[in-house]
Formats: sequence, C-alpha cells, structure tokens
Amino acid sequence: MPLLSLITFLPAVGAAGLLVLPRKRQDLIRGAALGVSVLTFLLSLKLFTDFQVGVGQMQFVEEMAWIPSFGIRYKLGIDGISLFLVLLTTFLTAIAIGASTGVVHRIKEYMVAILLLETGMIGVFVALDLVLFYVFWEATLLPMYFLIGIWGGPRRIYATIKFVLYTMAGSLLMLVAIIAVGLLHAQAGGEITFDLTVLMHAEIPPAIQWWLFLAFALAFAIKVPLFPFHTWLPDAHVEAPTAASVLLAGVLLKMGTYGFLRFALPLFPHATMTFLPWISGLAFVGIVYGAWVAMVQPDLKSLVAYSSVSHLGFVVLGIFALNSEGIAGSVLQMVNHGLSTGALFLMVGMIYERRHTRMIADYGGLFRVIPFFGGTFLLVVLSSIGLPGLNGFVGEFLILLGTFRVHPLYALVAVTGIVWAAWYMLGMVRRVLFGPLTHPENADISDLTWNERLVLVPVLVLIVWIGVYPAPFLRRMEASVERVIVQVKRQQVVQGSEFIVQGTAAMNPEPSTMNREASSMNPEPLTLSRGGR
Amino acid sequence: MSIPQIDWGGAAPFLVLTLTALGILLFDLFLSVRHKVWLMHLGLTGVLLTMALLVSGFGDQKRVVGEMLILDDFSRFFHLLFLLIAALTFLVSVKDVEQERIHRGEYYALVLFATLGMMVMASAADLIMLFLGLEALSIPLYILSGFLRGQLTSNEAALKYLLLGAFASAFLLYGIAFLYGSAGSTRLDRIAAHLSHGAAWENPLVFFGIGLLLVGLAFKIGAVPFHLWLSDVYEGAPTSVTAFMIAGTKAAAFAALLRAFGTALTPLHAEWVAPLWILALLTMGVGNVAALTQQSIKRMLAYSSIAHAGYLLVAFLAGSSRGFSSILFYLVVYAFMNLGAFAVIIALARQGEERPTLSAYAGLGFRHPVLAFSMAVFMFSLAGLPPTGGFMGKFYIFSAAVEANYVGLVVLAVLCSLISVFFYLRVVVVMYMEEPREGQPNPVFSPAILITLFLATTATLQLGLLPAGMWDLAVRSVRSFLG
Repeated sequence: MPLLSLITFLPAVGAAGLLVLPRKRQDLIRGAALGVSVLTFLLSLKLFTDFQVGVGQMQFVEEMAWIPSFGIRYKLGIDGISLFLVLLTTFLTAIAIGASTGVVHRIKEYMVAILLLETGMIGVFVALDLVLFYVFWEATLLPMYFLIGIWGGPRRIYATIKFVLYTMAGSLLMLVAIIAVGLLHAQAGGEITFDLTVLMHAEIPPAIQWWLFLAFALAFAIKVPLFPFHTWLPDAHVEAPTAASVLLAGVLLKMGTYGFLRFALPLFPHATMTFLPWISGLAFVGIVYGAWVAMVQPDLKSLVAYSSVSHLGFVVLGIFALNSEGIAGSVLQMVNHGLSTGALFLMVGMIYERRHTRMIADYGGLFRVIPFFGGTFLLVVLSSIGLPGLNGFVGEFLILLGTFRVHPLYALVAVTGIVWAAWYMLGMVRRVLFGPLTHPENADISDLTWNERLVLVPVLVLIVWIGVYPAPFLRRMEASVERVIVQVKRQQVVQGSEFIVQGTAAMNPEPSTMNREASSMNPEPLTLSRGGR
Repeated sequence: MSIPQIDWGGAAPFLVLTLTALGILLFDLFLSVRHKVWLMHLGLTGVLLTMALLVSGFGDQKRVVGEMLILDDFSRFFHLLFLLIAALTFLVSVKDVEQERIHRGEYYALVLFATLGMMVMASAADLIMLFLGLEALSIPLYILSGFLRGQLTSNEAALKYLLLGAFASAFLLYGIAFLYGSAGSTRLDRIAAHLSHGAAWENPLVFFGIGLLLVGLAFKIGAVPFHLWLSDVYEGAPTSVTAFMIAGTKAAAFAALLRAFGTALTPLHAEWVAPLWILALLTMGVGNVAALTQQSIKRMLAYSSIAHAGYLLVAFLAGSSRGFSSILFYLVVYAFMNLGAFAVIIALARQGEERPTLSAYAGLGFRHPVLAFSMAVFMFSLAGLPPTGGFMGKFYIFSAAVEANYVGLVVLAVLCSLISVFFYLRVVVVMYMEEPREGQPNPVFSPAILITLFLATTATLQLGLLPAGMWDLAVRSVRSFLG
C-alpha cells in the first residue's frame, strides 16, 4: 500500500471533499475537517510503529516516473529524521483544526486552506526528488498566504505579502541551484536526475558547491529564520490567525532546518565545511538576539515569535555541530519547539479570544481567575525554556553537548541563551499570571472550555513523555543521523583523496587547483571534524 | 515565370481557413444583428476542421505552394496553437462584441485572416513569406484594435499600432534586403548554405541584415526597447482583441524567429550573444517593473506580456533543442493562462469600460468563487508558482539556459519573476482579502465563457502537474526542423 502517498494526499482529497459541503453547515465542515486530519494522524502513526529501528536508509519508499525526459521522479520516502517531522505535521494540523473554534467567517475556505497546507508540509518532508521537493515547498506558500491574508489581523495584507516575497526570494534561487545540480550530474556523465539518493553520491567541484550551497542555504535560512533573515516572522505571526501561527511556528519553520539537514549538507559537504563557521555564527547571533528582542516585546505573540528565532538558532547550531548528539538533539528540538511553541500560540489565541488583546500589560494576576489556563501555560512555558523533566531539556541538552564537543566557546555562550529565555519567558509569566489583578475586566474571564482542554491535553502528554522518556524517539532517529554525518564527512575524505590523485597525476589541473583553493581557504573544518571524533 | 505546382493536400489547412473567413464575410450580408452569433459558430467550425486536418498530418514533412511554405511538425505545432488561440478568442469574444455593439461579421473574418498570417509565418521557408505572413497578421490587427470606432482610446490604439507596426515592417524588409544582398536569395535554406562558410559572416551586410531582422521581430514580440506601442495598444483595443494579440502575436513572432534563426542562423554567432542577453534582461526587467504600478488590469497584463517575452528570449538565447522546445511549451501555457485571465476580465467588464481597474475585483473570491478561483490559478501560473503550467514552463526555460551556461541571466530572470509575484498576487489580494464594494459589476456567464474558463483552468493545471506529454510533443516538433 502506498502509505506515504496516502498520508500526503489524504488532506488534499479531504479539502476537495469539503468544497461540496453546504456552506451553512458549519459544524459539519468543522467535523469533516477534523475527521480528515485525525485520520491522517492515525495513518501516520502507522509509520511510527512500522518504522524499522536501526535502519538509516529511506523507508516506505515509493517511486515512479513523473517527467521522464528530465529525469524528474515522483519519489517519496522517510528516514528517522523526516519520520518525526511528518508526525509533528499531522499531529499539529489536527490540533490546529481542533482549536479553530474561534473562526466563524468563511470557515469552509479556512479548513480547505489548512488541509491543503498539510499536504504541502507532509510532501516537503517525504519528497526525495529535488524538483518534487521544490513543488511541495512552494505549495505550502499559497495556503499560508491565504490563511494570513484572509483571516489575519489588521495588517494582514502587508504581513502576508512580506511572507511570500521573502520566502520566494530564497526559494527561486534554490530552484536555479536545483536545476544546476541535476544538470551537473548529467554533464559529469550520468543521466539527468533530481533523485536525492543518487545525487548524494555525485561529486560536485568545490567551487561550484560553494554557490549551490549558498543558494540552498539562503532559502532555508529565510525559512528557519536565521538572523538576519528573520524580519518577516514577527509580522507574519502577529497577524496570522491562531491555527496558522501554530502551523507556521510548529512546522513551516522546520522546513528550513530540515532542508539544511536533508539537502544542503549531504549534497554539498565541502561547502558545508566552508560555511560552517558562518552559519553557526549566525545561529548563535540569532539565539542571543532573538532572546534580547523577545525580552522587550509588549505583545505576547511577537514575544513568542522572537523566542522562535532564538530557539531555532539552537537547532541550527546543533545541526552544524555535525555530530550525533548535536543533530539528534536538533531533530528532537524541532519536534519540541513545534509542541511547546505551538501550544504557546494556541494559548495566546485562547486568551485573545476572551479579552481581544495580546498586550502583556493588559493582563496580570490571571492565575487566580483561570487556574487551569494558568497551570497549563506555566507548564508549556517551562517546557519551552528547557526545564529538566520536560521535552525542551532533552533537546537543548543534546544540542549543547554536541556543540560543546566541537566548539566549547559557542556552547558556553549559547547556554546564556537559555538563561535569557528563562528570563523573558518567566518574566512574561509573572506579568501575565501573577501579581495583583490590575485590570478589573480580567476578573470575569472564563477558564478553558472542554474543547480547549481536549486540544491541549495531547500536547501536554507529549511534552512530558519526551521529557521523561525520549528513548523511543532517539532510537528511531539514531541510524539516520549517523548516516547524515557519515555522508557529510565521508565525502570530505573522498574528495580529499581525489584531489591528491588528481594533483599527482596532473591529468586535469584546473579542478584540482580549485580543490586546493577551496580547501586552503578554510583549514578550520578539518580540525573541527577531528575534534568531533 | 511558371506557375508553381500546388500540393492541394498540403495547402488544405490554409485553404480551409481562408474559405471559412470568406464565407463569414459572405454570410454576414444575409444575417441580422441578432443572428450574428452564427458567424462565430461558422468560424469555430472552420477552425476545428483545420485543426483536424493538421492533427491527421502529424509526422509528415513537406513543402507546399512552390516550396515557399514548409509543413512539418514544427509548423503544425504552431498552427494548432494559433488555431486554439483563435478558437478561444471566438469563445470569449461574443459577450464582448455584443456588449460593445460591434457585432459584425468582419470581426470574425479578420481574426481568421490574422490567424492565417500567423500560420504563414510559422511555415515560412522564405523570408518573403515571413514578411507576407507578418503583414497578413498585422493589417487585420490594425483594424481590429480600432474596432471600437466611437472610442478615442481604441482609435489611438489603432493609429499607434499602424504607425509603429509600419516601422517594424520596414525594418524587417530592410533586413531581408541586406540578407538577400549578401546571400543572393531570400530562401532560408540558401541563406543557411551561404552562411555555412565562415567567411560569409564577415560581410557587414549579414550583420546589419540579422540586426534589422531582429529589430523587426522584436517590435512584434514587444521586447524592450521596442515595446513603447504595446501598453497603449493593448489597453485601448477591445478586450477580446487584446486577448488574441497578447497570446497570438507573441507566439507568431517567436515562431518566425525560431524559423529564421533555427534554419539559417544557427548556431547563433558569438557577436549576437551580448545584444540578445541585454535585450532579454531589459525586457524582463522593464516589463516587470512597469507592471508593478498599474491600476488597470489590462495594462498590467500588457506589461507583464513584455516580461514574459523576456523569459522567452532567455530560452531563445539558450538555443539548442531544449531551449527551443521550452519556448514552444511556454507559449502553449502562456496562451491558456492569458486567454483564461481575459475571459475573466471580459466576464466582469461593463459596457464602454475598456479600462477595468483592479478595484472591480474586490471581494470577488467570496462573491463568485469559481471565477475568482480560475483567475487565481491564472495569476499563480503567470507568476510561475507550482503546481501550474507557468511553473513548469519557467522550469524548462531556466533548465535550458542553465545548461547553455547562462547562469547569471537565469539568476536575474528569477529575481525579475520575484518582482512579478508581487503584482500578480495583488490581484489575488484584491479578490480574496479586500471587502466587496458598492456597485461592483456582476459577471455575465455565457456558456462560451464558461467553456473557455474550464478549458484554460484545466489546461493550466494539467500542464503543471503532468507536463510530460506536451513537453515531448514540443521536443518532437523542434526536432522536425532542427534535425
């Protein structure tokens, strides 16, 4: 059974089905959308149970020709890295749809957009053909564009156009790079192909890798977003409706970090080494900068948005540590961030529906009025700042461990990032939940409804589960993480030896000088990788 | 001088179309205004018949009318494209011409004569035929753009088009004369034979000949800096005529360009690379930037058509079978998405309103979901977003250009198309994200417009999702004359 195709396209089929439902029957539309998303989630659980632990290769692979004359294939598959991102997507989509009770306006189109977005997001994580990946990547853009633009806040049009233009600026250059990768493979004597598993073994001259890596990295850096490409994010988040914020922070940002891990690193190992200090540096600036800016935000949503910049900096830092702790920590932290930030956006949305303000200054002393909300909010915040026993701790700890082994100084300063996070997050909790009840209109707020509790409980369960017992997750990603590392570093060795062969035989002096230049440009990665051993 | 042997079977497509057009003119005399729509049906029948004739001949290669015209898969591909454009134009025209009270038989006949001119251009084996085709295309279009006799803008469009078109024709003729002076023949294959000696290229006549030929065709394509007529003409002409011109003229000019350069002037001589590079970049850049600020949707699409000519020039510059095939593919997608967009514009246009502004579309997304959805598909396709044909078209063009080592130009091209995302999406913003206003026009759905919308939307999506069939056809057609 083509399980991956089924999971990918079930939401889109569901979206088409929603179109024929009568517009008046809002409950029916909600129910149907929720049903489709829950069914998708249950199907994706089968991926989790049937996943073969200890296998680093792609599993559940499906393959057929799509555009034969260009070697473009419809190829899907997952490994221990994408497995969790698919699960995160299906889980958060169901949660986001369940939490969308506040939307009454044009509910049908809203649900259609979310379900189409889900297809796009899953597709990004399962596509193994570069062109197919690109198609899905762009396909996530349009539903999100509509979600922000139609159901967003007052500055929604500005925010959504900014979001689209920023993302496309990166992705269009990536498209050129994708074309170049396929053509280079053809020119090197192979067939023209965009199959990732084939291209991973292609050896691209370092000087060209350099450019191609930059094109890919720009697309991913904007999506993550890495400092200084982050300015679209706070706008998009502040204007987006709750469900869109949840999916934007929870899943869409991970497309960037996933892209680094799945495409940029394995395809361009040499350039990865060249740019490693720069990207780590940006990640690191993002951690501190995001935290500092978050500290002064008066608006709850933009505070959480900037905290995402900081948290995603950790993820990138872990990926570019290029060791198993760092990358495994990053993958886990992608899931963690999806859960805790997703939950934060959900809860900010819930309180916004009650008071129609997101200003921190408009709250205070809420804990006594709505204790269930207060308790849950506190737990989610603690998970977000990495309290031991909750999920955030495991991921951050692994990332810091991995970073420490290659770059102790970065790790040390990154630790201060956690301290800042504790500072601004707990400060926000103090001003919102505790203290005297300064605004009398807050006295009559109702606590969470059953529907809202039902939406939040699964997230809380996962937050605690991953915090206490992360082994089932880590075990599944181990082999794939190793495989990425081997891929990046083995090519390092292969290319090094090839350069010696070429250099001594002097058969083709031009590429070998390029090799030499590129490797002499940056001697540091070699010591770095040695340090990692 | 002997009268050449005519292969009646080979000439049949041209003859059927001519007879249809003459028939329309004849029947027009006997029909009252209420029944003019039968002329459309007659024209449509003739077009479909011609298409059937062409499809049945696929794979066959011959010269007809005294070896002046070539009928190979390349010309058949273009003929079918032109006829398709003509057919879709007929379908969207009815509402427009009825509403504007210009429902005359000449309208349909002139569209068919222009189509015939395009077909001759794509089939030309001789530069003289190329010129004759161009004139047979242009003269009906001069008349058609001035068809709204009572409107100043339409008159202006016709006059501008006539004057500048005459200039372009003169340039083209001058170029042909130079080439004749150097090669001693206007036959493309003889010119090719003459130019196969490297020494022939040193003759300045060749240089000027090619340059003037390029200028003449660049006028028709609307390449910058030969584009100044385009926005006023496209805006002033009746909307259905604009739709026909925007898709048809460009396709015909590229067919001629490929025919001339693919046969006689390949490989592109090194000295032409830099001018074409700059021409392509200017065309993309100016077209997109100028489209940014337009309030009238017709004018916006006019400028955007300039930009698309730029992308096509990138593919032309890339040359090779892949570059030429990508032009063919893109022109098909381009025809569908433009005619579709114009069908929406016509459905929403009110009488006497030849400059529909964007604000007429506010809130359309929820007032008329089907209309807005198809418009959104066309806009996304024009912007080159997957999963539409526009994306695949750009993908093919950029692949060809990267393969030919024009990476810098491709990077600039994608940056230009980033600009275009802004104004195409603005249409979608207005449709879906702004509230409806008072007194907005209600769309008129005639069955003809619905058919057009359906065809164009499915084709645009299908060419994006399953492009392989059309691509293979394009490759096959190009191979039939590139060898």
